[in-house]
Amino acid sequence: MKRSAPTRLSSVGQLRRAAKLGDMASSAVQAALKPAKGLGFPYRKPSIPKGMVVPPDVSTLGANFETGWARSAPAKATRTVLANGPIRAFVRVVASPEIVGLDRLADLKRMDEPPAVIFAPNHHSHVDTPLMITAVPEPWRSQLVIAAAADYFFDTRVKGTLAALTLNAFPIDREVTSRKSSDELRHLIDDGWSLVIFPEGGRSPDGWGQDFKGGAAYLANRTNVPVIPVFIDGTGSIFGKGMKRPKPGKTKVVFGAPLYPIEDESTRRFNARIEAAVTALGDEALTDFWTARQRAAKGTNPKLTGPEYNGWRRQWALAEHRKLGKAGQRRRQNRRWPDLG
Amino acid sequence: MPRPGFVLEVDRSTPSIMFWRGENFSLEKLPAGRSRVVYPPEPLDAIDDIDGAIRHALLNPHGQDPLPAQLFPGMKLTIAFDDVSLPLPKMRRPDTRQRVIEAVLDLVAAAGVDDVHLIAALGLHRRMHEYELRHALGDRIYDSFHPRGMLYQHDAEDHDNLAIVGTTDHGEVLEINKRAADSDLIIYVNINSVSMDGGWKSITTGLASYRCLSHHHNPETLENTRSLMGHRHQSALHTSVWRLGKVLKDNGPKIFQIETTLNTDMFPAPFDFLSKREWEWTAKDRATFLATTKSLNRTPIKLARKIFHNMESPHQMTSVQAGDTDEVHKITLEKVYEQQLVDVVGQTDILTMGIPYVCPYNPDGVMNPILVMCMGLGYLFNMYRNKPLVREGGVIIMTHPCYRDFNPVHHPSYIDFFEQVLADTTNPAEMSRKWEQQYAEDEWYKHLYRTGNAYHGVHPFYAWYWGAHGLQHAGKVIIVGGDPPTVRRLGFTPASTMDDAFEIASDVVGRDATITHLHAPALLVADVQ
Repeated sequence: MKRSAPTRLSSVGQLRRAAKLGDMASSAVQAALKPAKGLGFPYRKPSIPKGMVVPPDVSTLGANFETGWARSAPAKATRTVLANGPIRAFVRVVASPEIVGLDRLADLKRMDEPPAVIFAPNHHSHVDTPLMITAVPEPWRSQLVIAAAADYFFDTRVKGTLAALTLNAFPIDREVTSRKSSDELRHLIDDGWSLVIFPEGGRSPDGWGQDFKGGAAYLANRTNVPVIPVFIDGTGSIFGKGMKRPKPGKTKVVFGAPLYPIEDESTRRFNARIEAAVTALGDEALTDFWTARQRAAKGTNPKLTGPEYNGWRRQWALAEHRKLGKAGQRRRQNRRWPDLG
Repeated sequence: MPRPGFVLEVDRSTPSIMFWRGENFSLEKLPAGRSRVVYPPEPLDAIDDIDGAIRHALLNPHGQDPLPAQLFPGMKLTIAFDDVSLPLPKMRRPDTRQRVIEAVLDLVAAAGVDDVHLIAALGLHRRMHEYELRHALGDRIYDSFHPRGMLYQHDAEDHDNLAIVGTTDHGEVLEINKRAADSDLIIYVNINSVSMDGGWKSITTGLASYRCLSHHHNPETLENTRSLMGHRHQSALHTSVWRLGKVLKDNGPKIFQIETTLNTDMFPAPFDFLSKREWEWTAKDRATFLATTKSLNRTPIKLARKIFHNMESPHQMTSVQAGDTDEVHKITLEKVYEQQLVDVVGQTDILTMGIPYVCPYNPDGVMNPILVMCMGLGYLFNMYRNKPLVREGGVIIMTHPCYRDFNPVHHPSYIDFFEQVLADTTNPAEMSRKWEQQYAEDEWYKHLYRTGNAYHGVHPFYAWYWGAHGLQHAGKVIIVGGDPPTVRRLGFTPASTMDDAFEIASDVVGRDATITHLHAPALLVADVQ
C-alpha cells in the first residue's frame, strides 16, 4: 500500500493562518486579565517605594520549626510505638547496649512526682539519640525531648517533621543567635518534659570528645532541675561522623549521679562540673569505679577530648583508647570458611 | 502519717487472721473473747535524699571527727559490711551497703588513700555468691575491688589471717580478722533490721573466729539471754559482746561505725496485701490472696521458693548515723524501736506465729526444720522487750509445712545435725557437750565453709542454741501443718489444724487460755508490761 506524504507547513498560506490563530489566543488572554489589572492592590502585589528594602520572609525551618504538635497525644502514641518497636530493635541490632548506673537515679525515681531532668551525654554518632531514647528509664522516657541541631535536623520540612515525630526532637540553635531555643526549652522543662542535650554541640569530628558548651548548665541553673551526666561508649565506631553506613558493634551507656545547680554557681562552673562528671564516667567505663574515683579526686581522669598533641599520635592514642572500651569489642563476624568441595 | 502498731482484741466480728506457712499463707479464725493480735506499726517514711543523708552522717559523725579528717595517704583502711543475712527480704537495688560504701569511697579517694580492703563480715555464715555480693555492693564496687583481691569474705578458719586483740576480764579471747586488726581504721557498714544487730556485735561476731564466737554463742549464754531485742542488761549475749567490744576499743584499731535503719515496707506488689490489716483488704487484695494461695498450693515447692526468694523488698532507709560505736548504736536503737515497738499489756498463755519462707540463715535457700525452730523460738519468740509475750510454761504454736528438706550446698552440716544430733538429743546443753566439737572441727565442713558456700559445721548448733531460751521457757511447742515425723524429731508436737493445736495446748494451759498472735509481716517488738 502506498503511504500518503507527511503534513508540512511549508506553504506561506498555512503559516499565516497559524500566526493569526496565535494572535487570537493572545488577545483572548489579555481580555480575560483586563478586569483583574484594574483592581490593583490589595488584589495584586504592592509596589515597593523607592529606597525601601523588603525584609526576607521569616523561615519556618531551622530554629523556627514548629514542633508543638509533636508533643500532642496522637504524636506521643505514635512515638511510643516507634520507640518500643523499630527504634529499640534497631538499637539492639546495631549497638547491643549495656546500660549501667541506673541505680544512681533511684532516689529521683521513687519520689512521688519525679522531677524533670536534663540528661547530658557525650556525642559521637547519630546512634546516640536512639540509644538514649531506649536507655533513659521511665518515668522520664515517655516525657523526653531531644535537643537537636536546628541547622542539621530542621533544614527541610520533611527532615524536621520526621525528627520531631520519631525522636520528639526540638530545634536548638547551635550558633546561639537568639534566646528563642533556650526560652522554649525552659518552658518545656517547666511543663515537666525532660531533656537530652548533647553539651558538645555536635558529633565528634575525629573520635575524641569536644569541649562542653554551657547549654545544659544554663538550662539547669534557670530551671533548677538536676543534670544527669551520661557517658556513651562505642557509638563512634558504629556510625561516627563521616561513615556512610552503620557497622554493628557494642556500646555502653553509663548514667551518673544527679548534679544539682549550687546557689550562686555560675553557668561556666556548673558546666565544668558536668564535663568533669562525664569525664569521670568515661574513665569508669574504661577502667572501674574505684580507679575513676581516685583519679577524679586528683583531677587526673583521662580527658574525653583526648591528648593535647596533634597529628598521627592523636589518632594512634584513639585506637588504644578504643581497645579499652566497648568500641574495641566488635561483634563476632560470621567466619567464612573456604568451600573445599 | 504511718499508723502505730496496736493490739486487737478478737471478737466475733474479727475476720480470719493471716498466718505465714512457709512458701504460702493461710487464714485462721482465732477464738473470740480470749485472743488478741499484735499488729506492727506501718512503715515509717523513708529519708527523701538518702545519698545526702549518708554524706551528712559521714561529715557530721557522733563522738568522732568527720570521716575526711580521719583519712590520710598511706593509711591502711578496712571497710567491713554486713553479709547476705540482712536485710530480709533482700532490698531493691541500690542496696544500703552500696550507697554507704560508695559515699565512703568518694571521701577515701579524695583523701588519697590507696590501701583499701572491703571485707564481708560473715562470721560463720556461708560465703556470699558473686551475684549476692554484686547485689549488696553494686557492680561498680564489685568490678573495682574484687578483681584486684581487695574485696573478699571473712574466713573464720584461716588461722594465718586471724589476730588476737586481747582478752576480757571474763577470759573471753577476742580473735578477729588480721587485716582488720592491723588497720589504721575500720569502717563498719551496718544494716540494723532489728535491735539485736549492730553496736559491738558487728565486728566481734562478723569478723571473729570460731574460738571467739564460742564464748557467747553457747547454750548457757543464750539461755540467760532474757531479752535479745530489748534491754542489753537482760541479754547475756550482748553483755559478753560488749565486754569484747571494750577490749577492741582499748587495744584494737580505730573504728568508725556506720549504722542504718530501714522501714518495714517489706513486700512489693502484688504481695503488698501481706502488710495490710485483714479488714482493710480491698476486693483486689482478697482476689490476689486467693489467687496466690490457690496457685502456690499447686506450684512445685522449688518454684515457689524461687518466686519468694527472687522478691526484692521496697524497704528504704529511715536513718543513718556514723561515728563512735556506742553513741551511734544508742541512736540506732531509738530509730529501730520507733519503727517496731508496740505496747502490749500482760503476757499470754498461748503465743501463735506464722513462720515465713525465710530467716537470716537461708537467703536464697531452703528453710529446713532446724531453721524453722530457730526462726520461731530464736527470733519471733524473742521479738519482745522487758518480758516474753508468752508466760513461762505457756504454749507456742507455729504454722509451717516443716518439710524434711535441706540445701546441701548451704547447709551440709545441718543434714547430719538433723539425722545424728537431733536423733540423740534436743537439749542444747547436752548436744553442746556431746557433739559440738566434732562438728566444729570437722575438716570436710571446714573445707566447704572456706571454699564453697556452706555455713560453718557448727552453725546448726548455733541456730539451735538461738532458740534455747524459748525452748526452756515454753511448756510445749506445736507446729501446725508440719510433717509429723520431722516435727517430732525436733521435739515438738504436730497438729493438722489450728483448732487441733488449741485442743492440744489445752492440756498444758487449760481450756480458757489466752491467745496472742504475733502478726507478720512486718517486724515488730512487743514492749510487754
